[in-house]
Amino acid sequence: MSTRLSKGGRLIDRSKSVEFTFDGKRLNGYDGDTLASALLANNQRLVGRSFKYHRPRGIVASGPEEPNALVGLGAGSKFEPNQRATTTELFAGLHSKSQNAWPSLEFDIGGINRIMSRVFPAGFYYKTFIFPRFAWKHIFEPFIRKAAGLGAAPTEKDADKYEYFYAHVDVLIIGGGSSGLAAALEVGRSGAKVLVLEQKNTWGGRAPVDGVVIDNEKSEEWINKALAELESMPNVSLKNRTMGAGVYDHGWATGYESLTDHMPSKVGPRQRLWRIRATRILTTTGAIERPLSFAGNDLPGVMLAGSVRDYIVDFGTSCGDIMVLATNNDDAYRTAIAQCEVGLKVAIILDARSSVTGELPNKARSMGIRVETGMAISKVKGSKGVSGVSICLQAGEGIPIEEIKCDVVAMSGGWSPIVHLWSHCGGKLNWDNDNAMFRPDADRPPLGADGSGFVIVGGSANGYLKADDSIKDAISQGKIVAKQVGFKPIKSKNITVDVEAEAEIEQIWQMPQGMSVKLQAKTFLDYQNDVKVSDVRLAAREGYESVEHTKRYTTLGMATDQGKLSNINGLAILADSLNAEIPNVGTTTFRPPYHPISMGSIAGDARGELFKHIRKSPIHNWIEANGGFFEPVADWRRPYCFQQNDEPVKDAVKREILNTRTNVGLLDASTLGKIIVKGPDAGKFLDMLYTNLMSNLKIGHCRYGLMCTENGFLSDDGVVARLDENTYLCHTTSGGSDRIHAWMEEWLQTEWWDWKVYTANVTEQYAQIAVVGPNSRKLLEKLGGMDVSPEALPFMRFTEGTLGGIKVRPFRISFSGELSYEIAVSASDGQAFWNICMEAGKEFGIQPYGTECLHVMRAEKGFIMIGDETDGTVIPQDLNMQWAISKKKDDFLGKRAHLRSHMSDPSRWKLVGLKTVDPNVIIPDGAYATDGKIRDSGVKNMIGRVTSTYFSPTLNRSIAMGLVEFGPDRMGEIIDFPTLDGKIIKAEICNQIFLDPEGERQNV
Amino acid sequence: MSSITALNGAFHNGMIEIKDAGLIGMITLRGDLKSEVVAKALNFVLGVTVPDQRKITSTTKGSVAWMSPDELLIIIEYKDVSKVISSLNNILSGSHSLVVDVSDARAVFALTGNAIRDVLSKGTPADLSKDVLPIGEVRRSRIAQLAVAFWFTDEISCQLICFRSVGAYIMEWLKNASENGSEVNFH
Repeated sequence: MSTRLSKGGRLIDRSKSVEFTFDGKRLNGYDGDTLASALLANNQRLVGRSFKYHRPRGIVASGPEEPNALVGLGAGSKFEPNQRATTTELFAGLHSKSQNAWPSLEFDIGGINRIMSRVFPAGFYYKTFIFPRFAWKHIFEPFIRKAAGLGAAPTEKDADKYEYFYAHVDVLIIGGGSSGLAAALEVGRSGAKVLVLEQKNTWGGRAPVDGVVIDNEKSEEWINKALAELESMPNVSLKNRTMGAGVYDHGWATGYESLTDHMPSKVGPRQRLWRIRATRILTTTGAIERPLSFAGNDLPGVMLAGSVRDYIVDFGTSCGDIMVLATNNDDAYRTAIAQCEVGLKVAIILDARSSVTGELPNKARSMGIRVETGMAISKVKGSKGVSGVSICLQAGEGIPIEEIKCDVVAMSGGWSPIVHLWSHCGGKLNWDNDNAMFRPDADRPPLGADGSGFVIVGGSANGYLKADDSIKDAISQGKIVAKQVGFKPIKSKNITVDVEAEAEIEQIWQMPQGMSVKLQAKTFLDYQNDVKVSDVRLAAREGYESVEHTKRYTTLGMATDQGKLSNINGLAILADSLNAEIPNVGTTTFRPPYHPISMGSIAGDARGELFKHIRKSPIHNWIEANGGFFEPVADWRRPYCFQQNDEPVKDAVKREILNTRTNVGLLDASTLGKIIVKGPDAGKFLDMLYTNLMSNLKIGHCRYGLMCTENGFLSDDGVVARLDENTYLCHTTSGGSDRIHAWMEEWLQTEWWDWKVYTANVTEQYAQIAVVGPNSRKLLEKLGGMDVSPEALPFMRFTEGTLGGIKVRPFRISFSGELSYEIAVSASDGQAFWNICMEAGKEFGIQPYGTECLHVMRAEKGFIMIGDETDGTVIPQDLNMQWAISKKKDDFLGKRAHLRSHMSDPSRWKLVGLKTVDPNVIIPDGAYATDGKIRDSGVKNMIGRVTSTYFSPTLNRSIAMGLVEFGPDRMGEIIDFPTLDGKIIKAEICNQIFLDPEGERQNV
Repeated sequence: MSSITALNGAFHNGMIEIKDAGLIGMITLRGDLKSEVVAKALNFVLGVTVPDQRKITSTTKGSVAWMSPDELLIIIEYKDVSKVISSLNNILSGSHSLVVDVSDARAVFALTGNAIRDVLSKGTPADLSKDVLPIGEVRRSRIAQLAVAFWFTDEISCQLICFRSVGAYIMEWLKNASENGSEVNFH
């Protein structure tokens, strides 16, 4: 059984007991524990069930490579599934739950899948997709959905906060082990700006666990001194609990900082996503130990040798009283030695190598440990945990020679450099056959914008697995990086590193080498996705030669651990099955992030109110406080209507229309785009942008204009005012201001760069308030300050002056057909002007109105709306707006497109008015007109569509506009609009101007 | 006069102090920044030279910030805007240029505190190190999805401008980013 040892544990504070729960059980750990070490200390070795077969699984590792110990953490709005117990720092009140087990972890019905494993072979999913056809949908999928899977999705909105941080440095160092710190010292001393990231809360990596001596002192002492020196450097930043998550093009990297995961009561964001731009990225990310492939290697109690050592040294926790160690290298002997040193037993060391004479094995022998060479594990015994192993010859087929009782099996198949970050942007790897690992090929780095490698690897991540080699390499890489970013490394005395010598590893990919098919089916490669040696061999037999295909077919390495433990072992089995060399089979592609990061951290602060900005006009707050019912208009919020005394929206719209037509209404039109165009060539420029002529507009006059894209389609419309000889003010639609301004600048900067024109987007400089209705002039006259008579300010003119003491520029323009003034005032005075209008307008029956009232009033007048009558396929001619297309101009944007045969086709749908036969029936928006014919495709033949449709309170009937084939030639005809509920609405084609075609209401 | 800013006196104190800078005069000047007449105009109205790329130059009368190769932002007292615009127009009348009042089209924040660079780095991808963004330099960048410009007037004071319509959003963003407990201590 696993338990807490009576002493030891360099990372835990035994004076601080910490209570937590696992599956409802109250347990105790110590401050400094991980959830995994605390669970082991409480003899909780069974922590989850596997994905496919629901096999009992225990803790295998001590870091982010852990495939099994995934738990759900927290509850409610703080619940998060699939959290690794090995990387979760223990805190008081931690609430954890095992996953993928039903009804309980100890008794799991899904365990039946284990017996069914013969029906879940490699490629199971693909095979069942295909045959029999019905089976996937009706049998397999429902069953698998219930049985397979990891943690449950959270049911509540995440209560935590997240944020980004952008950092720019010369050198980003990822990995704060002893090698990373040694490199950081080199780069830091050179004066370059450095950021060092360490995923754990503690610095120094494995050196203290492995008893490395640096500069003649315990590595912990050296690490503390190194940290103190780095902290004293103003050019160095150190961030622990921050994982280097991904490396991207152009020296871009992400770091995943955990801020309050280990103390949820702390205020502030839970996690911070660092977005780092670095000239060079030095990765000193260390190495991950590989499991050995023997039968029963997934039973709880079978663990990585290095991790067993971590639990003993770091957390004072034994993983079992009696250990069997299986290895193919010398490093693993450190675990056996550590086990003995704390008074526990090592039953046997099974070394697959035939001759073992290194310093570490000899030390183990001298401690009285039985070391057997050329031996292997035939099979691990036990049901929910290890009870013993049967041993066999490595060279044989697995005939048991002897049974040995034990409660922990430590295994080591050697170590793989963590090359993920090197590979994210395309850094290539070489297979080092002597050392049985893929290591970065420095000649084929990921290339940056300057054509040279921007990622450099140091230490064991670079293939220097022994502490002395690793630190030496990291220092040398640190010096190189410092030079690459333009700094000069400082000469400093060599660091001495003392560590036991190690003999060579031997490549052992399955144990024993000739294992029977029966044993292969119990030998796991990928613990999380339940992929066995037999599955990979089956895939090879079925013709899968590429590792990428095999990976997808078997799901090897496709779980949340992304194959950190299984990739190389699986690859080696595939190579062996194919009779190929490992490098010829190739590796899978490493993609960011290195280890899963939360969705919250990716979203950052962009949620709730901050998810997306909304643009607010100068009158916005007043509208909000006065019954405004907002609708989005581009990024703005505009009032659809103003609700009085909780009246229904429909009633509010009707009231606003009737009041504006009878008395006077006030509209916040501030969102309209306003662009100043100035220069000697401004007129020429506008003549190119608009379909009509603008250069002959007189100063003080206004003209409505249309803009098309180069393809002739309507893009925007608005009123242009000529302010002086060289200056025009172009109004755009509310949604179009930024787009049209960019459109203007694009033409000026790329095509007509020699034209003398400057533009400025002054949309937000002005509040624009429309005073609309028969009483509008009376209201302005009451405000006083300037002459607004028809003589002084006729229709389609503007002037400047003051009204009610506020500086104004009134435009006599109308989008409603009423006597109307649009009055521009500085945005800062907008609310004040609005207030005096509301006050002075009381006696004239003033009411504010919203966008729906605006829409209905313009439709009553037959005015088009960009976005209603146009949809990106409509040209001005479709809208019978030939009057707005100048024939005097040689060219304008869209002119040539209008000459294309399809554009001048007389059968194009054209704008008409539509009056329903029943005046109370409103045609649904977007409805199509049909002529009773059926097309070859079987659909009804469509001859038109509705573009705007409303009930007009002014006319007390429904009105609509639409585009209809030969429409203008068919006045008086009645056409059919079928509706979704199978009915047909009949409507008469008519003139689109329903109200006041002579314009008598506005020309007063 | 009842002129009000978009921020209408907003104030917040967290890791840094965030304050509505009030009504500030701002004039966009577009023209040939290398021409003598632009130099003359700036010298006349503010007594300053044309700022170099990304720089902001100041006198007691106001500041001029470089915005783009043909655009400057002149920052003066709100009440002086009309006067300065007509002076500029008079001097520049013979040359192709654009002078336009944008005082009311912006929201201006006065930020104070030691953590300004850290707070802004939560939203702007620009490098805010002291050596890359020293006092006297303007940075046009973004915060969240919005265009902003900012410059330090001393080590603990920064002016930040954005479009008026999103002033309230930027205020909320700044408040959130400067919440106590979210210190970064990077810059």
